[in-house]
Amino acid sequence: MLLPPPHHRFTSGHRVVVTGAGIISALGMGWQTNAEGFRSGRTAFRPVTLFDTQRHRASQAAEVDLPQDPPPGFLSRRSARRLNRASRLLLWAAAEAWQQAAWRPDSPVPMVLGTTSCGMDCGEAFFRAAMPAPPAKHHQATRSLGYQGQRQALDLAELLGIQGPVLLIANACASGANAIGHAWELLRTGRFARAITGGYDALSHLVFAGFDSLQALSTTTCRPFDANRDGLALGEGAAVLCLETLDAATARGADILAEIVGYGATTDSHHLTQPHPDGDAALAAMREACRVAGLVPGDIQYVNAHGTGTPLNDAAEAKAIARWAGDTAHRIPVSSTKASIGHLLGAAGAVEAMVCLMALRGQWLPPQLQVGQLDPTCAFPLVRQPTTAPVEHALTNSFGFGGSNASLVFRRWL
Amino acid sequence: MTRIYVTGIGAVSPAGWGIPPLLAALDGGTPIPTRALPGSWGHPPRSARLVPNPTVRPAVLAHPRLRRASAISQYAAAAAMEALGLPGSGVPSDLDPSRLGIIVGVHTGSMRYSIRFYGEVLRDPSTASPVLFPETVFNAPASHIAAFLNGTPRTYTLVGDQTVFLQALATGAHWLADGRVDRCLVVSAEESDWLMATALGLFAKGLVHSEGAGAVCLARTPQVDAVHGVTVELDRITSMQLYARHATRHSAAIAMREELPPDDPTELLCDSQTGVLAVDDAECQAWTSWSGLRQSVKPIVGEALSAAAAWQSLQAIHAIRSRTVTAANVSVVGSNEAAVGARWVAAS
Repeated sequence: MLLPPPHHRFTSGHRVVVTGAGIISALGMGWQTNAEGFRSGRTAFRPVTLFDTQRHRASQAAEVDLPQDPPPGFLSRRSARRLNRASRLLLWAAAEAWQQAAWRPDSPVPMVLGTTSCGMDCGEAFFRAAMPAPPAKHHQATRSLGYQGQRQALDLAELLGIQGPVLLIANACASGANAIGHAWELLRTGRFARAITGGYDALSHLVFAGFDSLQALSTTTCRPFDANRDGLALGEGAAVLCLETLDAATARGADILAEIVGYGATTDSHHLTQPHPDGDAALAAMREACRVAGLVPGDIQYVNAHGTGTPLNDAAEAKAIARWAGDTAHRIPVSSTKASIGHLLGAAGAVEAMVCLMALRGQWLPPQLQVGQLDPTCAFPLVRQPTTAPVEHALTNSFGFGGSNASLVFRRWL
Repeated sequence: MTRIYVTGIGAVSPAGWGIPPLLAALDGGTPIPTRALPGSWGHPPRSARLVPNPTVRPAVLAHPRLRRASAISQYAAAAAMEALGLPGSGVPSDLDPSRLGIIVGVHTGSMRYSIRFYGEVLRDPSTASPVLFPETVFNAPASHIAAFLNGTPRTYTLVGDQTVFLQALATGAHWLADGRVDRCLVVSAEESDWLMATALGLFAKGLVHSEGAGAVCLARTPQVDAVHGVTVELDRITSMQLYARHATRHSAAIAMREELPPDDPTELLCDSQTGVLAVDDAECQAWTSWSGLRQSVKPIVGEALSAAAAWQSLQAIHAIRSRTVTAANVSVVGSNEAAVGARWVAAS
């Protein structure tokens, strides 16, 4: 049950580990390809082909070369034909995670997913078909359904052949991190023994135009924390994690990728689109994640910053990190992988969680190669070259419109 | 499992702003008249049940964050403040915003601004208004509520079909049980739009589109309703029976029904029936043997998606508070995701 009667008892305090992980981004498909790309600091921006950017300030994004066919699974041919772009991204990432976890669909699996725009391409197509007089009717029902976030969740359930509760979190750019954190809490508190979680978002014209109208998109290069940064670059993709309690994972002899040890979620009420300049809510999220993990900032060997490349976000986050880390700030390496693959919005928190997993497994730090002069407010060392380093704990930040802030802490698994 | 209690309820509906007009309309049983929903781009208007202008403008709407917000944010905020016991202005001294959770469940979100913005993008993206885009995000209503309360509460926005309100209730109950918050606002809100009404019409003729919001404030400590002297408790929320893996709406509705107690002629069922047979058939079959009282909100106030599911719960809570029944089941057979049920009881 989503909420059993009051006499039901849960046992809390379960440790939660990652036993499967999958990713698709503009760097390519799969863990290995993406790990190589992030480790080398490769960037994946190119002119947008999905829609016309002629009358926009910006024209580039990290667009995915997406296979037309879905991954193998239980999808019917009818469902496969109707998949929208967001679903296809999600399914490819989920298929990799599921296969790695070696799970079977023999019991319900909660799905906790984050997204900001669901199947926006379907919504846009519906709108364009509805505008003319007389309006088009063919395929409109499919478009209407495809636009809705639950369509992507149902496609996922169908592909994997699973049943289970679905929770779709739409907390703007923190959605993916909130989804993973929420799934972690569900397992930690004993409500479920396993969950599939992550985030996804596909490029869409409405969203691209939205950021462009705000003049938030870079017209040069996305350079988080650069003193002369001029904005963010959008991307698309998905990342999915299979989580289970440590007891469940060890009972079946699963390979464990990492452990999730902390999650903090707060709300910044300063402004709908701008963070508090001192990063108060971001600081609170980082502190909460570390408090829950039982760690102090000096225990963290890598921070994957939200680091969008906008003047306001990076300044606020730099302040938050400085306040959080205090005297240890100069020893904690930080980088933003949005410099490589752009801002994936609802997928960002999940993809960047995966980057932390990669760093923990491979013992390296992803660099940002394009930074010229570092913003003087950065008290931390920015990773600017491919770097091999011991990483025991990694923290990732995700901050979004509406003030949604989330931080996650991962621990290396030996 | 921690016990979860209702401390307040709030609503905005085609019956008016606030709980009293909603309850009066539901008790009266007369469908609220429809009005013309303005068409766009030369298309004729559609009929819908629309929220009227407030007779007394809620103080929350004067907040700077809400002055230019879309209707969905205004409905959500007004309902939320009523549920918190704040129909006026200001935050009471005993409310610690940092210990308040906010969960907003929506089906379609801010449609009006999204459609306006995309229309401008198609005409000329270089002149598309930057004022509109931020209000298109799903979590704008939750953000505005948090801003009005001037705190840093834990805030989620959930997306789903009509069942998202019950998903949000379950999430809020978890936060309370885990001690993450001391109170939790759970809100669902929707706004009407010509395009949304067009989409609904593709699936069932006769569905009357509607809009508004419903809110429930939950806590771990019981609070006796000042008017009726009854404490209402959230007893359970069923599993989410997904329309997946060979499960149909019919089989999902039946599975949901089986997780609620057997028929009791002294109890109330607040169902999600619309009055349109093709839509209602699955739920009808699941509850065919129900022998207790039964009420349906949608034939009176319309199909407001997640907001209508919230109104179902408000109806259940009101029936318990007014001592009509001591327990009420809420049945939500969603349009395209899942069937979920809930049970409210008079706390013992």
